[in-house]
Amino acid sequence: MIPGFPEAQPVAGLIGGLMIGLAAAIMLLGLGRIAGVSGLAARATGLSTGGAPRGVAIAFIVGLPLGAFLVALLAGCVPATFPATGLLIIAGLIVGYGTRLGSGCTSGHGICGLSRLSPRSILATALFMGSGFATVALMRLTGMI
Amino acid sequence: MRIMIALLSGALFGAGLAISGMADPMRVRAFLDLFGAWDPTLAFVMGGAIVPMALAWMVHKRIERPFADKAFALPETRAIDGKLALGAILFGVGWGIGGLCPGPAIASLALAPGAVAPFVLAMLGGIAIHRFTTQ
Repeated sequence: MIPGFPEAQPVAGLIGGLMIGLAAAIMLLGLGRIAGVSGLAARATGLSTGGAPRGVAIAFIVGLPLGAFLVALLAGCVPATFPATGLLIIAGLIVGYGTRLGSGCTSGHGICGLSRLSPRSILATALFMGSGFATVALMRLTGMI
Repeated sequence: MRIMIALLSGALFGAGLAISGMADPMRVRAFLDLFGAWDPTLAFVMGGAIVPMALAWMVHKRIERPFADKAFALPETRAIDGKLALGAILFGVGWGIGGLCPGPAIASLALAPGAVAPFVLAMLGGIAIHRFTTQ
């Protein structure tokens, strides 16, 4: 528990984060590739041609829900609350387009790139964090949340 | 072998997302909500993930090739350009609106398929729009 932040889950966050970092390390040291979900999703669905072999991309993308499913099986349930469908569709479109234009998302730039001290990824992470903060602030200002 | 390693990496990644609370869009959005009930959990997840990856980059420097493939295939682009900046800014906007980025969205297909499907389909639509409007 963190005083003042009753909702925070620092321990679960750290443990989950270590697992995510280990997963990305396996991808890097095992297969020589960045565990960037947006790029691998595009590759797995045939929406990009370069990058990882298609089989590798499909296996990684299939693994994501598989791992989450195993946790849900062991833990009983994984709580989640989703925004309204309309918002999800708008958000999905922007996330899909933006991550391809910017060559990465939270995993590729945020975890793999930051830990490599890549200037591109440091800038990208600062920008998507910044615009994320601004977007939610705007939603609060306009009474959307 | 390569397929099994990719599957293991994906599964560990997905399990980490579920354990860390990042499969909950409202928790992610609460991290971005500086003027609401701010939830710092995402910072712990990022911090936790960066540690093993930073070590992996050190190992990378000392080995010729990855353990299960012929060569490293890493992004070599160094250009800091408008595409990178605009793409990242747009991604942040969508991330803020939905509380979802690609990893947790795809992992959630196993947890709340009905709820997350509209986002995943729209995300693939966005990827396709980018694909067919460039080059």
